[in-house]
Amino acid sequence: MSTRLATGGRLLNKAKPVNFTFNGKNLRGYEGDTLASALLANDQMLVGRSFKYHRPRGIVAAGPEEPNALVNLGAEGRFEPNARATTTPLFDGLQAASQNHWPSLEFDVGAINKHLSRFLPAGFYYKMFMYPRAAWKHVYEPFIRQSAGLGKAPKATDVDTYEHFYAFCDVLIIGGGVAGLHAALTAGKSGARVIVMEQSDHWGGRAPVDGGTVDGQPVDKFVDGMVTELETLENVTLRRNCMGAGVYDHGYVLGYERLRDDSPHVQGPRHRLWRVRAAHIITATGAIERPLSFAGNDIPGVMLAAAVRDYLVNHGVSVGDRTVVVTNNDNAYLTAIALKHAGLDVPAIVDARVLPQDSQLMEQAKALGIRVMMGHGIASVKGGKRVTGVEICAQAGEGAVLEEISCDAVAMSGGWSPVVHLWSHCGGKLRWDTTQACFSPDVDNPPLGADGMGFVTPAGAASGVFALDDVLNDAFAAADGVMTSLGFDVPRDLKSPEAERRQDAPMMPVWLMPQGASVKLREKAWLDYQNDVKVSDVRLAAQEGFVSVEHAKRYTTLGMATDQGKLSNINGLATLAGALDADIPSVGTTTFRPPYHPISMASIAGEARGTVFQPIRRTPMHDWHDTHGAEWEPVGHWRRPYAYKQGGESTYDAVMREVTNTREKMGLLDASTLGKLIVKGPDAGRFLDMMYTNMMSTLKVGKCRYGLMCSENGFLIDDGVVARFDEDTWLCHTTTGGAERIHGHMEEWLQTEWWDWQVYVANVTEQYAQVAVVGPNARKALEKLGGMDVSKEALGFMDWADGELGGFKVRVYRISFSGELSYEIAVDASHGQAFWDALMVAGHDLGVMPYGTECLHILRAEKGFIMIGDESDGTIIPQDLGLHWAISKKKEDYLGKRAQERSHMTDPNRWQLVGLETTDGSVLPDGAYAVAEGENENGQRNMQGRVTSTYHSPTLGKGIAMGLVLNGPDRMGETLIFPGTDGKEYQAKIVNPVFYDPKGEKQNV
Amino acid sequence: MLVLTCHACGVTAEETEFHAGGEAHLKRFGPGSSDEDFEEYLFMRANPKGVHFERWRHANGCGKWFHVARDTMTLEVFGSYSAQAFAPPEELLSRIEDRRPGWRGQD
Ligand SMILES: [Zn+2]
Repeated sequence: MSTRLATGGRLLNKAKPVNFTFNGKNLRGYEGDTLASALLANDQMLVGRSFKYHRPRGIVAAGPEEPNALVNLGAEGRFEPNARATTTPLFDGLQAASQNHWPSLEFDVGAINKHLSRFLPAGFYYKMFMYPRAAWKHVYEPFIRQSAGLGKAPKATDVDTYEHFYAFCDVLIIGGGVAGLHAALTAGKSGARVIVMEQSDHWGGRAPVDGGTVDGQPVDKFVDGMVTELETLENVTLRRNCMGAGVYDHGYVLGYERLRDDSPHVQGPRHRLWRVRAAHIITATGAIERPLSFAGNDIPGVMLAAAVRDYLVNHGVSVGDRTVVVTNNDNAYLTAIALKHAGLDVPAIVDARVLPQDSQLMEQAKALGIRVMMGHGIASVKGGKRVTGVEICAQAGEGAVLEEISCDAVAMSGGWSPVVHLWSHCGGKLRWDTTQACFSPDVDNPPLGADGMGFVTPAGAASGVFALDDVLNDAFAAADGVMTSLGFDVPRDLKSPEAERRQDAPMMPVWLMPQGASVKLREKAWLDYQNDVKVSDVRLAAQEGFVSVEHAKRYTTLGMATDQGKLSNINGLATLAGALDADIPSVGTTTFRPPYHPISMASIAGEARGTVFQPIRRTPMHDWHDTHGAEWEPVGHWRRPYAYKQGGESTYDAVMREVTNTREKMGLLDASTLGKLIVKGPDAGRFLDMMYTNMMSTLKVGKCRYGLMCSENGFLIDDGVVARFDEDTWLCHTTTGGAERIHGHMEEWLQTEWWDWQVYVANVTEQYAQVAVVGPNARKALEKLGGMDVSKEALGFMDWADGELGGFKVRVYRISFSGELSYEIAVDASHGQAFWDALMVAGHDLGVMPYGTECLHILRAEKGFIMIGDESDGTIIPQDLGLHWAISKKKEDYLGKRAQERSHMTDPNRWQLVGLETTDGSVLPDGAYAVAEGENENGQRNMQGRVTSTYHSPTLGKGIAMGLVLNGPDRMGETLIFPGTDGKEYQAKIVNPVFYDPKGEKQNV
Repeated sequence: MLVLTCHACGVTAEETEFHAGGEAHLKRFGPGSSDEDFEEYLFMRANPKGVHFERWRHANGCGKWFHVARDTMTLEVFGSYSAQAFAPPEELLSRIEDRRPGWRGQD
């Protein structure tokens, strides 16, 4: 039985009881409990089922290293899977449910897997599910999906808010234990800007639980004193519930602060992601106790010795009435002593070591009447859903049972590993400490900053010193060194306080208990609880040739669960080294990657959700479109009307209506999104000749020319109409969404290649609203507005002119992307809406209607005009599209010219642009491929073309398309077959891509 | 995430303010060049483990391009210099020499 004791619990507020539920059961805890401590207080030791074998699993640890106690938390918009009970603060109304079991936690069908465990060894998935391939979809995948996975993904939208904080400091201290606080005090008093992040909700780390005295006072009082003093320093920021999640290049750190996890209904952001730039980082991240590998070490009731102590001292919880302590070091004796002082029974301390004399703690334990069994180990733990006893053996032997001791809890300690994760994230190297059998930071090889100097310093237990006085001295030295390197003066009177020194006996590495454990025992000795990896699995991996630690990790999945192997890594590594007969440092560690502990996805998103996910660019007429039935289409960051729906008509009907109306009467298109770049200077013409495939320097003032732009690799990247304003000024139109990219492209060449050319480029896209006035009645509407002469004689096709229309100052381009009589008219952006309104009034009796982007697409496709992104996809050169007329033969050079001379680019078998017309008038599926005879070397049907644009043309009353076809222009009239994904085969004839008004008479009136 | 200093405007900022532009000091080969020269220019890039000269643009700032000398292994930044240069300034080269003795001989 685990239960709440009548006394104790330094973190509890017993005046404030808290109600919560676990799997629907009503339970009670206190303010200050974690979910784990409250579950234990209610004798809920069994908290989940293991990943592979569905073995019953209990709480093992008391911190973020906990592998088993993962729960579903909350409901609906506050549902969260895989929450760790050990780091979840208890609050009134908390709802938790266990995971990975069916139909119930107590009775789980999947547990049958444990009887199959011989058949689910390391690499099981790789071996079993490889062949036959066909079985994947219907047999293997459903099985894996059913049995794998921990929590369920949330379905409802998260109702909470999240935010990002940006901060800068001289020293960021990760960890608010005695080392972190003491380093903070040293740095703070030296005048540095300090931020301290502590992952838990209390200061002091392990020290208040483990005890000791500093400067003559109990260590918890010493901690309180440091916090009080730090709070008076204005240059020090203290954050609790804030985990240092990751250390990145040049002193960038992510902190994960949990603000409302203990009070979900209080207003304000739930989590806050700190994005900190620190000149220096001190990792005072402490150490984590390691489990011991003995048979049955995963049975609920087997816990880390320090966790047993934590629950006792912090939460007044006894995890069992009779606890056997098993250890290879002195530290675990603290647990036995604490339990005894609390009036609980400790039948034995099973110590694997054989020591010449008793240490201080061993003497204390014996004085309390605890039986200490040196040189012994646990052969096997008895019990199913709960420990009932242990079988004792000689550590040196193979597991012959010498004695059975009944107990309901086992407190184990395999030694301590410094938390080196944050030190290692950005490249800090590790060294193997033989005495303490752990990896600790190699301070001579720290992560390096922009200046080439180390920017992370470990302090306290994180650097591999565990005794209280060593920890404090180390933290002072770390802070002192950092302050000096940053140029701060450490006050002379600052020094490390005096801590009482305890003489501990050395630990002894124990990687398997007993050291000669039989296969039968090894198959029940768990290394990774969360991923169900046993000693036998790692040995098998080594046997099968997975000698690299990174390979063995992936093969066995050791350390790949959500706890990232915080408990299992070193034991797994040692087991692998043992199996390979190598020493641990030569096997090496796997890579430590951020985050240290999972952080919420929502905290990463921060405020960037919904309407503020990204900025939206709106044209001056945006609101008008919105109130006139616009269905929006995102184009880059812009929103453009796709079509304007009238009454109850469908989107499709609206598009058809817009096309017909524009062809027969008059349409208005908001073309403001088109990019507009002014290119000006004595060398502007020469520069544009390099930018475009055709000649722009010869363009006459007052004229427009359609231009193509290629990358240096020869591929088409943009197109648009260029107008020449005066002797040294051009305006280049780009595609919607292309303005910034093409502006950048021009700047790159001007700044980095032809920097002696005198050219200035300005992006004026948003300075103008632009309206395309299109259709047979376009001129009449402009004449109605009155002002400048827009006749064919005064303003011919491909001319532009400045003037006035209806009182608006305008610049009119006579260009057409529709094949109709068309004027694209630019006005100052601020006049955009008024001008649009004036056009709607002037066009009222002429049948004016606005049209959207889909209508624009059909109009241009009927004319065989290409669209960047449809006919081009980054692999297309202008020559593929029959645009030879827009490629200058006279120019010596332009971007892409050399590339287009390469043999592959001049290959006559490159697919070429043609029109496609279905034999039955239906619409070809977009992207469909035309099949050819025969198969390729992969047994796939050969292809001879593909559809790039496809629409129903209301003008022609049938489906029209453009596509790229092998030798297409030479195969006019031939019929191709396009199998659709709908199972149908489409037949289409190769035709001229200009379907409408091939002579271009309508636009030139 | 690196911290870089824009040579054009002098601002020191987060990497997110900049846009990386690859290897510096490429010589352009246009029409008339051999396939080998063109391939070298367009596709072949040094990928040193160590000192590297590269192009960056202050994309979310002044918009200007500049050059950076950086160690690709340790991420140490040796300095920024003008984009309008055919080679790194001598003063920068000697600073790199101080930090990486014998580096210049390794080319
Ligand atoms: Zn700048």
